[in-house]
Amino acid sequence: MAALYAQLLVGLINGSFYALLSLGLAVIFGMLNIINFAHGALYMMGAFAAYFLLYYLGVNYWYALIMAPVIVGGIGILLERTMLQWLTGLDHLYGLLLTFGLALVIQGLFQNYFGSSGLPYAIPSILQGTVDLGFMYLPIYRAWVVVFSLIVCLLTWYLIERTRLGANLRAATENPTLVRAFGINVPRMITLTYGLGVGLAALAGVLSAPINQVRPLMGADLIIVVFAVVVIGGMGSIMGSIVTGFTLGVIEGLTKYFYPEASNTVVFVLMVLVLLVKPTGLTGKAA
Amino acid sequence: MTTITENSVPVSGRSTSDEMVAFAIMALLLASIPFTGIYPYFVMQALCFALFACAFNLLIGYSGLLSFGHAMFLGTAGYATAHALKVWGVSPELGIIIGVVAAAALSVVTGLIAIRRQGIYFAMITLALSQLLYFIYLQTPFTHGEDGIQGIPQGMLFGVLDLSNSTVLYYFILTVFLLGFLLIYRAINSPFGEVLKSIRENEQRAISLGYKTDQYKLLAFILSGTLAGLAGALKVFVAQNASLTDVHWTMSGEVVLMTLVGGLGTVFGPVIGAFVIIAMQQYLAGFGQWVTVIQGVIFVICVLTFRRGVIGEIAHYFKRSL
Repeated sequence: MAALYAQLLVGLINGSFYALLSLGLAVIFGMLNIINFAHGALYMMGAFAAYFLLYYLGVNYWYALIMAPVIVGGIGILLERTMLQWLTGLDHLYGLLLTFGLALVIQGLFQNYFGSSGLPYAIPSILQGTVDLGFMYLPIYRAWVVVFSLIVCLLTWYLIERTRLGANLRAATENPTLVRAFGINVPRMITLTYGLGVGLAALAGVLSAPINQVRPLMGADLIIVVFAVVVIGGMGSIMGSIVTGFTLGVIEGLTKYFYPEASNTVVFVLMVLVLLVKPTGLTGKAA
Repeated sequence: MTTITENSVPVSGRSTSDEMVAFAIMALLLASIPFTGIYPYFVMQALCFALFACAFNLLIGYSGLLSFGHAMFLGTAGYATAHALKVWGVSPELGIIIGVVAAAALSVVTGLIAIRRQGIYFAMITLALSQLLYFIYLQTPFTHGEDGIQGIPQGMLFGVLDLSNSTVLYYFILTVFLLGFLLIYRAINSPFGEVLKSIRENEQRAISLGYKTDQYKLLAFILSGTLAGLAGALKVFVAQNASLTDVHWTMSGEVVLMTLVGGLGTVFGPVIGAFVIIAMQQYLAGFGQWVTVIQGVIFVICVLTFRRGVIGEIAHYFKRSL
């Protein structure tokens, strides 16, 4: 039984990453009409940023949790200002191709300098060790990742669905021209939205650094799974992305326990089933 | 919103004679390669990828569907042909047919799933499907996992032509490539091709005119996947192996890049693009991951400043369709 709980926990952790990444993808797609293929590479940069901060500058995990998303988010803003903004009005697919190119560049550069093997990142001392829950030993860091990701997801949901800023953002998604007529700086909002989405990816990267090791290709395969998550959940609702992300993580974890051979394909198989039953995705509107 | 192919509008009416002249020049140039001292394996490899890119272009360039998982057809046909040649010991022609049929069957199944969504979702779904297949091939025993199927015999074509002779093999590959190219050319200039273009330009209007657009898109997908499979089956004779590289998403990305560089929606663009990218990989083979970086940079430059591609720019300059 302990093995089942352990896999459930792994599933919840992967689910946290799926949720954080698909949330960012959905927010970015809403404002920029771009599927950000570089999302996996930026997630990886978040993990590397935490690594550099700790081992070169002596900045600990807690500061990295804030600084890494800000730094990588800043890089994202730079990318949006210098490249992505020129794609406005073109077919969505150009955005996919451009960000795919960016992902190749970023991952290639990191592979040149760091090879393909993983760099270890130590768990901060306060989160080390396990708690005995009676039916299993719960590693504190893993529990922290799940709880913290959930809080960040819910905060993002609150920001977008319940605040004035979020209302402006949603309005600009629906009709940017009209929102501009009200004197709101929509291009700046687009830039900051991209920064926010990228920041969430980088945050997921920092959280995963002590668990998955810091590797140049850590985001490359993950992003394809997240794409499948996005297809399953649809990009219509923020809460939908969060729920779908966590649920699929748990299902994947359960599969690892009951039928390990299918653990890395189960999300794709579910995607096929959802497409056959409800092509628009579970929460999505027709696109 | 503009469509993905900026090369879509014929600039001064279609002129098929230009294209036939260009085709004749291309065929003659390629046929003379063995007399020039150029390394034939490089050209054969490029021809396989050129066919692959032409098949891919049929989908993106003429129906506006971006498949980000086309490597699954290349790789599946490769595995099927390699397995048939090596384990079952079939003749080369039968091996190719087995590979092409495998890719065709796969494209029917994946096509039925993928065409349920459009645009950006279509790209993500095809990518996810090819990743699903990648993991399956990683685990099934007949593909030999990370090692791949190696040392595949080339055999005697029709019992008389020895494909282990590089000149014979070259002309065989060239013939199949030219036939595949002509088939694609015929398809895009047929009434079927015209309907595809109308779907690309305005699907709603095509539906209102009474076309069952889903059937046309599915047929285009199957045709594209099957021809990509033909390229995969041919590639087995050149490389004499079939490995996971051919099913990986990086391969799907490469075929997008080849077509983009040459010119989306142009007839000859994918051929040029394939030669450019394969040549670049050949020259930079010793520089490790810098190849990936440079490919990424080319992607970025093409999307930002060079969306028509090489052939698209030439065609635009001369106001011709090529």
